[in-house]
Amino acid sequence: MQTTITGKVFVLGDNVDTDQIIPAQYLTYNPSIPAEYKMFGKYALTSVPPSQMGLPKGHVPFHTDDEFVSPYKIVIAGKNFGCGSSREHAPIALAAAGIQAVVAEFYARIFYRNSINGGYLVPLESKKRLVDEICTGDEVSIDLVAKVLKNTTTGDQWELQDLGDVAPIIEAGGIFEYAKKVGMLKV
Amino acid sequence: MAAMTLTEKILARASGRDLVNPNDNVWVNVDVLMTHDVCGPGTIGVFKKHFGQDAKVWDREKVVVIPDHYIFTHDAMANRNVEVLRTFAAEQKLPYHYDVGTDRYKGVCHIALPEEGHTRPGEVLLGTDSHTCTAGAFGEFATGIGNTDAGFVMGTGKLWLKVPPTMRFVFHGNLPPYLMAKDLILAVIGEIGVDGATYRAMEFDGDGIYALNIEERMTMCNMAIEAGAKNGCIAPDQVTLDYVDARAKKTGNKPYSVLKSDAGASFIYEKVFDVTKMEPVIAKPHSPDNKANVSEVKGTKLDRAYIGSCTGGKMTDFRAAAGIMRGKAVKIDTFVVPATTEVAQGLKTEKIGNQTLEEIFISAGAKMGEASCAACLGGPSDTFGRLNTPISCISTTNRNFPGRMGHKEAQVYLASPLTVAASALSGVITDPREVMA
Repeated sequence: MQTTITGKVFVLGDNVDTDQIIPAQYLTYNPSIPAEYKMFGKYALTSVPPSQMGLPKGHVPFHTDDEFVSPYKIVIAGKNFGCGSSREHAPIALAAAGIQAVVAEFYARIFYRNSINGGYLVPLESKKRLVDEICTGDEVSIDLVAKVLKNTTTGDQWELQDLGDVAPIIEAGGIFEYAKKVGMLKV
Repeated sequence: MAAMTLTEKILARASGRDLVNPNDNVWVNVDVLMTHDVCGPGTIGVFKKHFGQDAKVWDREKVVVIPDHYIFTHDAMANRNVEVLRTFAAEQKLPYHYDVGTDRYKGVCHIALPEEGHTRPGEVLLGTDSHTCTAGAFGEFATGIGNTDAGFVMGTGKLWLKVPPTMRFVFHGNLPPYLMAKDLILAVIGEIGVDGATYRAMEFDGDGIYALNIEERMTMCNMAIEAGAKNGCIAPDQVTLDYVDARAKKTGNKPYSVLKSDAGASFIYEKVFDVTKMEPVIAKPHSPDNKANVSEVKGTKLDRAYIGSCTGGKMTDFRAAAGIMRGKAVKIDTFVVPATTEVAQGLKTEKIGNQTLEEIFISAGAKMGEASCAACLGGPSDTFGRLNTPISCISTTNRNFPGRMGHKEAQVYLASPLTVAASALSGVITDPREVMA
């Protein structure tokens, strides 16, 4: 498992649900087909209300030069990130757009499971609400071992919650790899 | 033996343990895996990638495939996905594939599952849809999972689950005629919030719950996910068993276990409601917990009414709506979508007075759709009833986050079929008590 994740952050608010992350009309793409997988990156976050796109100012485009991949690597969010449907297309869309980690106060559980079991991105929980502390476009560095997020733009840093029981699954790269490692799956 | 809740007992049984505690991680044996056209193709992709192109599912009797989301559309990709399910069901010789364009087609999976005998007390049902929790109404553990988890279950019949602590919601009193299960569950969600039950089980109990019919109990459990819950459940009584037993022969009369929470089981939260003191409830845009009493927002102008979905498209829902709309005319575009083909048939046969429910809706000026999820979750732009422009809609569906029914600036109000029907007649949000007097 990589121990540091660095890059520009894109800041969102509370209760960002799966319809905002990837609207239902794009669920007809099959993520198991590579040519269709990248379409999820193109349409990621397209139903977030414009005023909530890239806080604190809002109205920030998630994509700039590349229509499929975003320049942002980390999403910062508030409460209950990924609530709503069970669509695995949600973490897939963020991952396809180049997001490697989300740092939220807490998650809706199906999104959390899907992110971990599919090995798409690392869903981290902050000890403190960061939505009001970090600005879209700031450069941050996450140390997964020390459990610290450092804002390299401002020098501020914050503690993250321990990954707990799911750490071995994230470390293995997903549920299939984890099940093989613990001898529960022999394929 | 330590006392356990219903959810804990089911997960203990499924993991082969005498006892589980909240927050234990356990590998459970899955009794039924359900998938549909939106998440099935991805699930099948995960299954084949990890188990091989020629791999067989762990138990073909336990895999249920129900296309229901994007059915009556010209969208080529959506139709391709239905074909992916068809090919897979044929190569795996799956006995429970309810295919589009055949007599077996059913419609919305959460209602089709019980109708076709796939819901049994004490079992573990996992499905690639967040509203899989609907089946908790049958005294089982039912929850939504993603493609990767479902692909894993398809090959192994197992999944790791964290045992959730249980919140108990007790309802007392006889439900007044102007209230339905939708009012009760919207009141709960308004009370605890869309994240109020995150990582937890919600158990519904009390004489107010056991007075509800099975469809209304399904509505309660269906919306547990709107409070973030892992599952919703109601311990079985004779009403449950009568429904299950009447359908069980379709799936070979499998034995099941009737479980209920022990006296002395530990609940992380408990709230008691007196239903006789409650009012019709509505969830305003854009969140299921944005609660108001209907009386507080009455008169708000609407552009459309929608009666359908797993939570609002069952016979009980249409019976209620038809009772209000009979002999009257709608003032706004009103869309009626039965959840399943069985419900659609019921609308053609069940009567109030000398008119069938369908005749009542059509003569009131409503548009009738075909059994499916339809506009509940937006879908392709030609979906029946979809909000393609930023209009306002009152709906019997279960979720109103931005963009849920199509346009991201559309205003969606969630309410009971009684409230939606009363509002369809006036064109503004209307308390059903005003037209039921």
